[in-house]
Amino acid sequence: MNDLILDIRDLSVEYGYGSDPVKVLRGVDLTLERGQVLGLAGESGCGKSTLAYAATRLLPPPGLITGGEVLVTGKDGQTRDLLRMNDEELRRGRWTDTAIVFQGAMNSLNPVYRVERQLTDAIKAHAPHMDARARHDRAAELLDMVGISADRLRSYPHQLSGGMRQRVMIAMALALEPQLLIMDEPTTALDVVMQRQIVEQISELRERLGFSVIFITHDVSLLIEIADRIAIMYAGEIVEEGPAQDLYRRPRHPYTRGLLSSFPPLHGPKRALGGIPGSPPDLAAPSAGCPFRPRCPFALDECATIHPTLRPTAVPADADARRVACLLHDRDVVPPELALTPTTSGTSEELHA
Amino acid sequence: MKGLVRRVVFYVLTAWVAVTLNFFIPRLMPGDPVQSLMIKYQGQLSADAVQSLYVLFGLDKKTSIWQQYVEYWGQLFRGDLGISFARFPTPVSEVIAQTLPWTVGLVGVATIIAFLLGTSLGTFLGWRRGTRADLLIPATTFFSSVPYFWIGLLAITLFGVTWQVLPFSGSYEAGLIPGFSWQFLGSVISHAVLPALTIVISSVAGWILSMRNMMVTVSSEDYVTVAHAKGLPNRVVMVGYAARNAVLPQISGFALSLGFVVSGTLVMEQVFSYQGIGFTLFQAVGAKDYPLMQGIFLVITLSVLAANIIADVVYVLLDPRTRQEG
Repeated sequence: MNDLILDIRDLSVEYGYGSDPVKVLRGVDLTLERGQVLGLAGESGCGKSTLAYAATRLLPPPGLITGGEVLVTGKDGQTRDLLRMNDEELRRGRWTDTAIVFQGAMNSLNPVYRVERQLTDAIKAHAPHMDARARHDRAAELLDMVGISADRLRSYPHQLSGGMRQRVMIAMALALEPQLLIMDEPTTALDVVMQRQIVEQISELRERLGFSVIFITHDVSLLIEIADRIAIMYAGEIVEEGPAQDLYRRPRHPYTRGLLSSFPPLHGPKRALGGIPGSPPDLAAPSAGCPFRPRCPFALDECATIHPTLRPTAVPADADARRVACLLHDRDVVPPELALTPTTSGTSEELHA
Repeated sequence: MKGLVRRVVFYVLTAWVAVTLNFFIPRLMPGDPVQSLMIKYQGQLSADAVQSLYVLFGLDKKTSIWQQYVEYWGQLFRGDLGISFARFPTPVSEVIAQTLPWTVGLVGVATIIAFLLGTSLGTFLGWRRGTRADLLIPATTFFSSVPYFWIGLLAITLFGVTWQVLPFSGSYEAGLIPGFSWQFLGSVISHAVLPALTIVISSVAGWILSMRNMMVTVSSEDYVTVAHAKGLPNRVVMVGYAARNAVLPQISGFALSLGFVVSGTLVMEQVFSYQGIGFTLFQAVGAKDYPLMQGIFLVITLSVLAANIIADVVYVLLDPRTRQEG
C-alpha cells in the first residue's frame, strides 16, 4: 500500500462515566501520508483537540477511547496499533515517533526548570547512549534551528516571550526527529506577526527534515498556506476531506462552505462575511440524522433521519481525491454552489454568489 | 537585590516590634515581680533585700522607662534575659538553654518526619487519585481531627500501661547521668518514641491533604501533559514535573510549622511530662514567672521569624520565578 504514517480508523471517544456519556468523537477515519501536512479545522468544541489527545493516548479523564484503531508506522517501519500497546511500548514510541506541540504555549514549559533541562530530558529518556555533552550540543542545535540563540538554554521559561516559548516547544518536539508532528492550535495565543513567523518556520523545517504534520486550528486561512490536505470536522465527525487548495476554492459540504465564508478572502475582491446561522449541536443530545441539518440551507427531508457517512463526492471531476459526508452527494442532488469545478469556478465571487 | 533589602528591613522591623512589645507588656501588668517574690517568701524579706531585688530586676524607681528600655536591649545583646522568679536565682537564659534543646530535638524531628511522610504520601495519592489508596485520607484525617491529648493518652494506655513496651513519662530514665553514653542516648530515644509518634500521627494528615490537592491541580497543567507526551518515565513525570511544582506551597507551610515547634507542643509536653520549653512555659504561667515567660515568648517570636527567613530563602532557591533578574 502507500506510505502511511498514521492511519486512524473508526476512532470513538466519550466524555463522562456512567450510563450517559457524551460522544465527542464518532468513528473518525483519518490517514496521513509520509511528508504530508494535514490540516484539521472546525469550530470550537467539534473535537479537534480531542482527536489529537486520543490519537496519542494523552486524553485526560473523564475522556475515554471507546473504540477504533490508531495505526502508527514507527521508525523501524513496523505498523502498530497505539491503542493496544502496553505502557512501556507507548512510552518508548512517544516523542521518537510522534511529537506534539500543544495549544497553551505559555504553560507547556515547566516553570522551575531551565530550557536546557527540558530540551534534554526527552533525549535522555529515549537516547541513553548520548552523554551530557552531546545532549547539550543537540539542545543548542535545536534552539538554533528555531532561531533562538544558544545562550537561552540557561533561561527559565518566564524569561522568554510567548513566541519564544512556542518556538522552544517546536524545537523540543523535533528533538528526536519524529516522523509525525501534531500541532494543536500552536499559534492561537500569539499575535498575527508571530503566527506568521511560526507557520513559516514550521513549513521550512518540514521541508528540511521531512516530517509529517497534523495541524489543528480553527483558522482555515492559515491552513491554506501550510496544509497539503484539509479535513473539516463537525460535531465529532469528519464531514469533508480533500486537497487543501481544492477544498478551499470548491467546498463540497454545506458546512465547509459556511466555515470558509466566515473568513475574509486573502485575495480578490471584498465580499460580505457570511458566517453560519445557529450554533453547534449539543453533543450530549445527538439527533438521528445529519448533525448539521438544523443549520444547513440545503437540507433535505431525509437529512433528519439518515446519518451521512464519508464517501466520494458526486462531482465527477473530483474523482477519488475528495470525500464528503453529505446526503446531497449521496442522492446526487448537489446544488451548483457545492459542485464547482476548476472549469466553472474562475473567481471566488462565484463561490459566494 | 532590591527585594532582598526589602525583606531584611521587614525582618529587622518585625524583630524590633516583637522585642519592644515583649518589653512593655509585662510592665503594663499590675504589680511587679518583687511583690510576687515577697508573696512567695511570705514577707520574710528585709527592706534591704527588697531594695536589692528591685535593682536586680532592673526595677529601681529612679530609672525612667526609656532608660530601662535601652538597658533591656543591652541585656538582650549580652544574652541576659533576666532572672527567673520561680527558679530564683537561676537566669532565664539558663532555664531556656536547658529546656529548649529537648523540645527542638523531639518536636523538630517529629515535624520533619511528618512533613516528609505526608508529602510523599500526598504525592503518591495525588498521582494515583481515584484509586483505593484514597482511603488513606479519611483514616489520617480522623487522627488529626480528634484532640491531640486523647491520642497521647491512648498511646500511653496502650504502649505504656497495657503492653508496657515503651516509657511514657519524662525525656530519659530517672537516675541516668546525661552524657554521650549509649545507655543514655538509648533511653532518650525510647522516651521520644511515643511523643514523636503521636505528633506525627496527628499532623501527617494536613501534609497529605495539601500535597495531594496540589498534585491534583498541578497534574492537569500543560507541562505535565507535555512531559507525558515526551515519553519520560512515569516516575520522572511524577517527581520532576508534578511533585516538583506541587511542593512549593508545602515548603512555606513547613517553615511556618518549624517556627511553631517551639511553642506549639505545650499539650504534648504536658501529657508526656516532657521537660521541654512548652512544659516550662506552662509552669511559668502558673507561677507568674514573668521574666521566664518573657524570655520564652522572645525565643518563640524569634524562631518564627527565623523560620520565615529560611522559608523565604528556600523558596527563592526552589522557584526561579521569585528570583529577580541580576
